[in-house]
Amino acid sequence: MGMSLIVKKITQLLIGLIFLFGINITLFGHLSVGGGFAGGVILTCGFILLMLAFGKDTTLGKMRTSVARFLSCTGALVFLAIALLGYIGGAFFLNFLDPGQAFHLHSAGFIPFADIAISILIVSAIFALFVLLVLSGRFTEDSGKYTEDDEL
Amino acid sequence: MTIYLMCLLLFVMGLYCLVAKKHLIKKIIGVAILDYAVNLFLILIGYREGGAPPILFKEMNQQVFSQQSVDPLPQALVLTSIVIGLGVLIMMVSIALRLYEKYKTFDTSEISRLKG
Amino acid sequence: MQQLFPLFVAIPLGTAFLVLFFPKSLTRVVEVILVISKVILLSMVVALIGHAPFSYFVGKWQPPLGITLVSDQISTLLLLVINIVGLLSLLYSFRYMEMYTSKIRFYALFMLMVAGMNGVVITGDMFNLFVFLEIATISSYALVGFGCEHEELEASFKYMILGSVSSTFILLGIAILYCTFGTLNMADLANSISVNGINKSVLFAETLFIMGFGLKGAMVPFHAWLPDAHPSAPAPISAMLSGVLIKACGIYAIIRVSYHVIGMTPLIHIILMSLGMLSMVVGVLLAVGQWDFKRLLAYHSISQMGYVMVGIGLGTPLGILGGLFHLVNHAFFKSLLFLCSGAIEYSTGTRNLKEMGGLFKRMPVTSGSCSIASLSISGVPPFNGFWSKLIIIIALVQAQYYAMAAVTVGVSFLTLVSFIKVQRYSIFGDLPEKLKKTKEVPVLMGTTLVILAILCLVTGVLYPFFGDTVLEMARDALMDQQKYIQLVLHL
Repeated sequence: MGMSLIVKKITQLLIGLIFLFGINITLFGHLSVGGGFAGGVILTCGFILLMLAFGKDTTLGKMRTSVARFLSCTGALVFLAIALLGYIGGAFFLNFLDPGQAFHLHSAGFIPFADIAISILIVSAIFALFVLLVLSGRFTEDSGKYTEDDEL
Repeated sequence: MTIYLMCLLLFVMGLYCLVAKKHLIKKIIGVAILDYAVNLFLILIGYREGGAPPILFKEMNQQVFSQQSVDPLPQALVLTSIVIGLGVLIMMVSIALRLYEKYKTFDTSEISRLKG
Repeated sequence: MQQLFPLFVAIPLGTAFLVLFFPKSLTRVVEVILVISKVILLSMVVALIGHAPFSYFVGKWQPPLGITLVSDQISTLLLLVINIVGLLSLLYSFRYMEMYTSKIRFYALFMLMVAGMNGVVITGDMFNLFVFLEIATISSYALVGFGCEHEELEASFKYMILGSVSSTFILLGIAILYCTFGTLNMADLANSISVNGINKSVLFAETLFIMGFGLKGAMVPFHAWLPDAHPSAPAPISAMLSGVLIKACGIYAIIRVSYHVIGMTPLIHIILMSLGMLSMVVGVLLAVGQWDFKRLLAYHSISQMGYVMVGIGLGTPLGILGGLFHLVNHAFFKSLLFLCSGAIEYSTGTRNLKEMGGLFKRMPVTSGSCSIASLSISGVPPFNGFWSKLIIIIALVQAQYYAMAAVTVGVSFLTLVSFIKVQRYSIFGDLPEKLKKTKEVPVLMGTTLVILAILCLVTGVLYPFFGDTVLEMARDALMDQQKYIQLVLHL
């Protein structure tokens, strides 16, 4: 299953760093580049690398499709709950948490929590879509053959 | 000025690819090129010659920063637009896959049961 | 009420993601949750009817920095239409969607579409309008191809390609407006444009908007997706698409951008009126020869949207009143017609007019509602279509466009002709052999049809009771650009 030994070994060494990089971009979204969406996409690319190198059984053991669907709904609902909690301060989506010190990790109110919710939503949703498009079992017989359709 | 013309040229190429090709996947690639062209146009609006990235560090003066950096608002708009484009592209590809299953061809001149 | 305003978007969005948790066995619980949330939305709209206009700053960011949500009377009118038709289509779909699989995902997409349309109508910021427009239309792309048959997938793909091209044009228009004026807030843009005057970049942006929103609202050079997409969708979705989506995403967006943000000039009046005329004539001429029931109704949607555009493009107070009134009426009778065609398809299994006949003996409720809706759309008194078409024709005559008024009367006559054909082939006539055992539709679907039929009658006859608060104030709010600017910027 999966690819050759070199690819598997290098993936084993790098995968932790890729996930760590994705989490870093997510958490520092309010101070530097990135944010929820970019961090989520990097984490998804980590999962896709895992699937390409090790095959579908290992990866689906790490994140099952049912878990992915559950997490995507949860991520969206947590984001909506953060927006509705702004009513405590008086308005919808109001930044009601403590602003903290500028340029520190603990600052800018609820934005780190919103980033975490969005990145969980993006990881689970895009991974589930990848699994749907690739593993549905279509095209396996004649994929890669050049047909006359390709000249249109 | 020339860079805006190049961006518009990319837009026209995407539109041409969408209209002139008959293969379903090539039409989807045309839509993707259209998306890239409009996102590029949005970013170019906020660009300033020799500008700094719009990230404020602790040591910077805010007045000097706002005169030197590029405009950060179009970057937020483009982020949203890229996500929307991703969603539409994924849906188009999955419907194209199912169309291939039903009609056994990617040729749009044969996928034309709805007429009149 | 003012504090609860963003809940118009938050409630359907939360419901859509909440129902995805439930497994298939708990479908009844899901249906109860959906009905509760729709009833809450409808009661919020009814509480908003007599309210003074206000603007809401999301997150307490002052304009022009933050997103504002604006409630003036025209938003209230459209919210009323969206939520009434949404509630009735939802009730209808509880029994109709037994023919399809995965009902829960259908409900989630349906609530997402309602959330998107509510958001389009209440927002006061251009890019926010684009985002909510995309939410509504992407949900409708998925809903059109919901039962994955040959024709539905083809129709959905065609709709998707054309819809995403139009969204690209709209985004380009917003980018050009931002480049020229530096702000995205609608009231701030209106202020800058009315102070600086309309220059060429604003006209270019307006052209792109008419192309983009015109495709969403099925104006004639951009109508090619509608006759394929609306028949292929399941019947409650056809009713929602034809009844509210082309109005909220198409017509409302054009009139908000043209009247309030950019300001009307005689050139824009002429463009909108000619698009309207073209839609009216082309729509009805292509509709007369159709034999598929839902495709005929889809072509008539194009024609009736032409009526609304002519009324609104005319610019005189009576014309705008006629256009807005016809928008409301069309939502009711067209969604009733699509729901009736769905009921006929549920019972007889066919949509072809040549295979039906004599259904009034076997399905009295459906044929009664279908007759009422056909009389409404043809403009027969005392149903609601007659009054709104009369107002539009009188407005055209008063503005001295006599040829256009004559064309409007002719189009109305051709509408009557095609609906006489529908009635003769589907309701009256002889009952064919295969259909001798058809039964009436279930009670929930029948109740929805009866409620919409009563609304068709009431909206026309009881106009003096509600016309002042709902329609005429919407007309006054639409014509007054300065009041819109004052509402947001100096409040």
